[in-house]
Amino acid sequence: MFKRTKTLVATIAATTILAGSAWAAGELIINTDTSDPAPKKAFEDVIAGFEAEYPDIEVTWNLFDHEGYKTSIRNFLTADAPDLANWYAGNRMLPYVNAGLFEPIDDVWEENGLNESLASAKGSMTIDGKVWGVPYTYYQWGIYYRKDIFEEQGIDVPKTWDDFIAAGETLKAAGITPITIGTKYLWTAGGVFDYLNLRTNGYDFHMALTKGEVAWTDDRVKATMANWKQLLDADFFIENHAAYSWQEALAPMVQGDAAMYVMGNFAVAPLREAGLTDDQLGFMQFPIINPDVPVAEEAPTDTIHLTANGKNKENAKKFLAYLARADVQTQINETLGQLPIHKDSTVGDDKFLQAGYEMLSNTDGGIAQFFDRDAPAEMAKAGMEGFQEFMVKPDRLDKILERLEKVRARIN
Amino acid sequence: MTTAALPDTHPPNPKSYWKRNQQRLAPWLFLAPGIAMFVLYVIAPIFQSISISFYAWDGLGEAEYIGIANYVELMDDEDFYTSLKNNVIWLVLYMLALPAGLFVALFLNQTVRGIRIYKSLFFFPFVISQVVVGLVFSWFYDPSFGLFNIVTGWFGADPIAILADERYVTYGIIAAGLWPQTAYCMILYLTGLNAVDPEQIEAARLDNAKGFKMLWYVVLPQLKPATFIAVVVTVIGALRSFDLISIMTDGGPYGTSSVLAFYMYEQAFSEYGFRMGYGAAIAVVLFAIMMIYIAFFLWKMYRDERGG
Repeated sequence: MFKRTKTLVATIAATTILAGSAWAAGELIINTDTSDPAPKKAFEDVIAGFEAEYPDIEVTWNLFDHEGYKTSIRNFLTADAPDLANWYAGNRMLPYVNAGLFEPIDDVWEENGLNESLASAKGSMTIDGKVWGVPYTYYQWGIYYRKDIFEEQGIDVPKTWDDFIAAGETLKAAGITPITIGTKYLWTAGGVFDYLNLRTNGYDFHMALTKGEVAWTDDRVKATMANWKQLLDADFFIENHAAYSWQEALAPMVQGDAAMYVMGNFAVAPLREAGLTDDQLGFMQFPIINPDVPVAEEAPTDTIHLTANGKNKENAKKFLAYLARADVQTQINETLGQLPIHKDSTVGDDKFLQAGYEMLSNTDGGIAQFFDRDAPAEMAKAGMEGFQEFMVKPDRLDKILERLEKVRARIN
Repeated sequence: MTTAALPDTHPPNPKSYWKRNQQRLAPWLFLAPGIAMFVLYVIAPIFQSISISFYAWDGLGEAEYIGIANYVELMDDEDFYTSLKNNVIWLVLYMLALPAGLFVALFLNQTVRGIRIYKSLFFFPFVISQVVVGLVFSWFYDPSFGLFNIVTGWFGADPIAILADERYVTYGIIAAGLWPQTAYCMILYLTGLNAVDPEQIEAARLDNAKGFKMLWYVVLPQLKPATFIAVVVTVIGALRSFDLISIMTDGGPYGTSSVLAFYMYEQAFSEYGFRMGYGAAIAVVLFAIMMIYIAFFLWKMYRDERGG
């Protein structure tokens, strides 16, 4: 029954395409989930620019909402594939690569010199020695903090773990919670873990752990958790964080009840909208815990992929090459308020973008994607749930780690 | 001279099959579309789910037959037991909707000016979407500005984050669910009360029955059909509770408010799941639990019908 429906859908799709080709020389279908105002505008501009350059190609752009996209991408890739679909780098694209739904585009990288110009992101785009998409934007993670509160309390930007703990103590003495966080949707806790682990054990260990090559009961993981526990025991995080989403957790920071937020650069826009000026808001690198470990950072990359079942492969490759160009990446990231991947692109003059660009350019320890993109999906879910539980009930650490180890053993 | 001259009003057998069996076939023809849909969308998926539960499948690639491994894993899965336990709590506490609904119905079953407005107000929560109910209660429970903590604050209690505390979270969501469910039971009882025989009430009055005795011995037995439906919809409502959990806590904190329906969804379809086989195994367990209820009620109905 299902198969028949599929053929029916395919037939309808085919006839539409035939009908379409009667009046346009070429077609190109793109599906994205960039439905927030800035990303939507950015894609509108890119597509308009592409159409101006290739007037004979008619671009159809299907815009999905963020959450709906995650489930619909599985359906449309198998049943009625567009030519291009946006998604994420790292382990997130693995299921589609394995299922043969994405197509490798080494030729596009080769012909357009992307191996050199997008070199920084090549690692996270490569699976089985092939490249599976074009990265077009990324953004830094770090600590966003209330500069004015720090100045009032006479706190310097903490560089080391001891400074960080001391800064937190000063804030607490003034009745301010050091760090705000909302863990209702779990991933925010993943960000905190990533940084603690990157700073305690370094990039290579972090990657091995998220890939499932190291046991969760390993002593090095326990060392990371011990650092985390130090923060928990000192009440560094806001109370009841499990009841809040990350947006809701912005409120204490805006109101001045909390001073820091471990977050990605996308937090800047809502913080500004809530009334914080650039004089009040600052960005700092997560403090150094183990000075022997090369400093690694977290910067998730967003990407566009060629689907295996799409019908206009040539046009799609033209679009990918267009999107990989320095000027296009400059423009799209200007609108997005994020960082371009192309090494010749210019970064917007926003203070936080410049700070992030500067930080990431000087990162020699490696760049992680994010816990839920580096780890397989099942592990990510179990892991982030464990982190949330740990933040509420630190005493259960051993039980949590054992449970995570059980999940790891099953997945591998 | 013989009857041959009379017109034959009862033509004998040689008639079309349709004419002969019209009476017997007609109901089946009317039922056919319904049966077809039911088989296609209810019966077939049940067997499909059962068969998927024996596979490891991510919904994209090849499904791999793994026998009962999914069930074996379920037996050793803490989250599964948490969900099962929460399902039982839901089942038990959701039954509160029955007495509550009956009480409201009795209260509203009077002729007062503007009673229809009061009835609509009480029925209102059932009409609005569960998503809205979930959001309203999330705000109600919010530890920093929610009404709940403001009120408990008047009595000097510290704010409790109902939805972030594993001890209270399930009860908090059930309370939210009871709000519309009570309205549903109320409407069932209100229609039931309309059908209560006034002569029996009159007769009971003459026998000097009133208050609780009147309710227990005269009114309630007549409400039996309404109670039956109310129990069935409440049990089903409790077992398939999903939307409120998804909206209010997303199963959290750390999975402690999950129920089987939600856990199944999470494992099979959510962002980090896509374990179709495992999800199907959970669904089969949930189905088995429902079957116990359905079988019990079918048996009871059958017994009552025969007895009556």
